[in-house]
Amino acid sequence: MCSLEKRGNLFILTLTGQSVEHRLNPHLITSIIAALSQAKAQSSRGSALVTVSHGKFFCNGIDLDWVNAVARSNQEAQQHFDHLYHSLKRLVLAFISLPMPTVAAVNGHVAAAGVVLALCHDYVIMRRDRGVLYMSELDKGIGIPEVFMALFRAKISGSTRRDILLRGLKIKGEEALKMGIAEAVHDGEEGVTDAGTEMGDELAKRKWDGEVYVEIRKGLYPELCGMLGMTSNVTATPKL
Amino acid sequence: MCTLDKRGSLFFLTFTGDDQHRINPNVIGNLLSHLSQVKAQATPGSVLITQAQGKFFSNGFDLDWAQAAGSKQGASERLRHMVVLFKSVVASLLSLPMPTIASLTGHAAAGGFVLALSHDYIIMRRDRGVLYMSEVDLWLTIPGYVNALFREKIGDASVRRDVLLRGLKMKGDEAVKRGVVEAAYDGEEEVREASVRMAEELGKRKWDGEVYAEIRKGLFPQLSAMVGLGHKKIANPRL
Repeated sequence: MCSLEKRGNLFILTLTGQSVEHRLNPHLITSIIAALSQAKAQSSRGSALVTVSHGKFFCNGIDLDWVNAVARSNQEAQQHFDHLYHSLKRLVLAFISLPMPTVAAVNGHVAAAGVVLALCHDYVIMRRDRGVLYMSELDKGIGIPEVFMALFRAKISGSTRRDILLRGLKIKGEEALKMGIAEAVHDGEEGVTDAGTEMGDELAKRKWDGEVYVEIRKGLYPELCGMLGMTSNVTATPKL
Repeated sequence: MCTLDKRGSLFFLTFTGDDQHRINPNVIGNLLSHLSQVKAQATPGSVLITQAQGKFFSNGFDLDWAQAAGSKQGASERLRHMVVLFKSVVASLLSLPMPTIASLTGHAAAGGFVLALSHDYIIMRRDRGVLYMSEVDLWLTIPGYVNALFREKIGDASVRRDVLLRGLKMKGDEAVKRGVVEAAYDGEEEVREASVRMAEELGKRKWDGEVYAEIRKGLFPQLSAMVGLGHKKIANPRL
């Protein structure tokens, strides 16, 4: 499912499990939320988190096989799908309220809900030589839930947002860099993972106060945070 | 403190002296009084240039004054007081019936950056000086109206994130590239001259000040609402 490792001030969240595509189902989502909870509990000033994955995919979206496998009717499938959607909302909330900077080291393909997972992070690093970022919903004839739309509106601007969502573009690393979706691109899985951990370490060195950091992050994304039911908190003690 | 001068139809609001031009209630009072005067003397073709002497445009709120309160709570309260008071300066600039230019020949950080961004245009130095929202590094949160200012003035979400969440220190060239400032020039004189040139270009259009202010407020509806400005309907078009 996923594992959490602490290396100095850096938390490394790794998407593991049998599935090559690291698709999101309730088990994986619960596992990630638990890991984030743990990171939050162990955090201090100057913590950071990087999410890594291995193989051809970072995350290829929600686990429709799971939905179809457990559902005995179309109605049940819809119920499971709704349940999955609500779990995803909780996942977004967990990331947005994590009191430390976060980096997604996107080692391969990332699609649909996987893009949502990547965008939950403050920064995205992608592979230059392989992998695309792709919101497949339009091609599949599936709508995009409101909370995901809010996330895109929060994090991505202008025509880029239109190109990803309304044009079904398959965006390679270099393109993502130019479009301002990715912070940096690197060659090879190791290149991306190393860059991710390096960036995490760099951000950790700033010794930001976690509570303040979350408040500033929330201030950047008021619409999204409103939808997630987040409220504003009182300031922590400033370094006056 | 600041002085106000008028040269033709150009108003010059200048932070004098070689200090950090920190913003405290006295400075705010001073600014408001000058801006009031500017508004009273406005005619079509008027333009405001806000500038400073020395190494800083403004390094933000007067944290020394805040700490002189004597306790952590007192300091926080004084800081909060300045944040609230400063809304009036933003409101005054937002509703000023003429184009406004922040002419930066030095650093603009935190409240200083907010002051600069409250102008229609920013011209800065390329060779010296940075724009910097220091709050994240100082463990200070960002007031709601400041978030609205950045959200409505800077269109790119990743630039906003880099400025506010990452405490990016932007030099002139980067600020131009990221769409935060209009232009960057080498040297203090060049910046001042470019600011006057731009002001004269804008002044030539002889815009109706009231209409200008209303259109400006319409660009920044959330910010306007948050600093207490309403919307007016204007008649008298120049048909």
